[in-house]
Amino acid sequence: MSTAASLHQSRKRKNGVMMTLCVVAAGIGLAWLALILGALLYKGLAGVSLSVFTEMTPPPGDAGGLLNAIYGSIVMTIIGIIVGTPIGVLAGTYMAEYGRFSKLTTVVRFINDILLSAPSIIIGLFVYELMVRPMGHFSAIAGAVALAILVIPVVVRTTEDMLNLVPNALREAGTAIGAPRWVVIRSVAYRAALSGIVTGILLAIARISGETAPLLFTALNNQFWSSNLNAPMASLPVTIFQFALSPYEEWQQLAWTGALIITLTVLALSIFARSLTGRREDK
Amino acid sequence: MSAVQEALPAVRGSRDATVRRFALTDSIFHGMTRAAAILVLVLLGGVAISLVAGSWQALSTFGFSFLTSESWNPVTEKFGALAPIYGTIITSAIAILIAVPLGIGIAIFLTELCPRPLRRPIGMAVELLAGIPSIIYGIWGLFVLAPFLQTTVQPFIISVFHGIPGLNGLFAGPPYGIGLLTSAMILAIMILPFITSITKDVFDTVPSVLKESAYGIGCTTWEVTRRVVIPYTRIGIMGGVMLALGRALGETMAVTFVIGNAHRISTSLFAPATTISATIANEFTEAVGDLYTSSLVALGLILFVITFLILAIARYMLMRIDARTGA
Repeated sequence: MSTAASLHQSRKRKNGVMMTLCVVAAGIGLAWLALILGALLYKGLAGVSLSVFTEMTPPPGDAGGLLNAIYGSIVMTIIGIIVGTPIGVLAGTYMAEYGRFSKLTTVVRFINDILLSAPSIIIGLFVYELMVRPMGHFSAIAGAVALAILVIPVVVRTTEDMLNLVPNALREAGTAIGAPRWVVIRSVAYRAALSGIVTGILLAIARISGETAPLLFTALNNQFWSSNLNAPMASLPVTIFQFALSPYEEWQQLAWTGALIITLTVLALSIFARSLTGRREDK
Repeated sequence: MSAVQEALPAVRGSRDATVRRFALTDSIFHGMTRAAAILVLVLLGGVAISLVAGSWQALSTFGFSFLTSESWNPVTEKFGALAPIYGTIITSAIAILIAVPLGIGIAIFLTELCPRPLRRPIGMAVELLAGIPSIIYGIWGLFVLAPFLQTTVQPFIISVFHGIPGLNGLFAGPPYGIGLLTSAMILAIMILPFITSITKDVFDTVPSVLKESAYGIGCTTWEVTRRVVIPYTRIGIMGGVMLALGRALGETMAVTFVIGNAHRISTSLFAPATTISATIANEFTEAVGDLYTSSLVALGLILFVITFLILAIARYMLMRIDARTGA
């Protein structure tokens, strides 16, 4: 009797200890992440002013802004999305519609998942070998291509997933009134899966807008305003990298402010993207 | 009547033309989607081929010794990958050691203990944090974590382990702040959201009946987790850990800030070191000479092969658990 009671006690104690550890783990994890965001807000907000958005990146030890870096990031992100999205959507369409049961789809899905989590610096090396070396110089267009390659797997994955959620009865209804397959895909499947596909594109934007590694040796960096796609172009992440590692206080402050801008952009995009699909799930 | 019969061939003719046009546009669209799908394969193939081509010079010059040599000297053009490989593996391994227990603990907290109204917000916060760019973690590590470790934690640990043989080598000074351990801690915090959200997802696949029957015979929450939930989801958790390992191995920016970029192998976890991706990020644009560049690309090839294998295994494991829940 007493052994059973003590066994019960020890099991309860063990349960209490382990569950406390889990709560502690959650506490540590959340506190750690809160510390990072807190430091980012504290140090980043100190440098926010109008000149950040209106002035060029300064020479060492001088005051200035991040205008050319922000511009470069936006330009390369937009080109990357314009190039990468159609390819991603088409490939996802093949996997969910025409080739749903084909062997090619299985292989592409596997390879795409690997591309999705492949180190982005490898993509940078690939584009360096593919474009920068033959062209003989760094260029914004090479940076944009590297970003496009990062966009494709994200968009492929979400497009396929979202098209697979479209009920087959919808497609059959379209086919029954005589619409050819591509009309069914375009006017029925795409329309039903639209918010999901847009979510994928937004998540892709969120991913590439903070990417640094693939830009380091494709777009390089540029101290000055440049809208020439065939020349090196500044970008926010690379500028942050360069400024943060410099010994100049003004540069380090700009790096924190830039980091804050990127984080807020990425968080806003992710929350917006999730709210699009979240509404669908609630229905 | 006769008018209708006269009109029929014309109608049929235009119908045939429409069907032909439909078939044509459909096959064009089919071809386009198929080409895009194949392009995904071509991309990965292209990455592999370009890395092999770019690293050919270094690999043919140094041969197998590239993998076993520690020297990295741009002046005499002697390059070996051992130090970056060592740094990559050590930082990732420590990061996994820190992040896996924490991540599983948070997942248990979220699925078993957390009050219901808090589950969604915390789960969503964890997923959002997975999307924060790695450069943010890097800048925090450089300006906040490294000085903190340098001034408080590291001197303390060094003094504690000073007289203990074995451990005094592992925690040898001087305290730089940056180095292997700092990088591993930054990596751990980066992969924590991944591990947490995947573990939580696979925990949710456990049928309630299984858990309820275990509770029904009087198991405690910990016993249900330890004996039912974790064994049931073992493959999924392993897959998630491998996926996180793949991330940690290839992570560039967060590590580049705090690793110290020193090409040597040191037993001390406080010593500056380097990883494959940090070496490439730091030195690629400054590399002069074809052999130097080629050696850096060869490092990239090694990283590509390692992460490809890890990710392939991870995906295979996650596919198996998907197949099971689908069945």
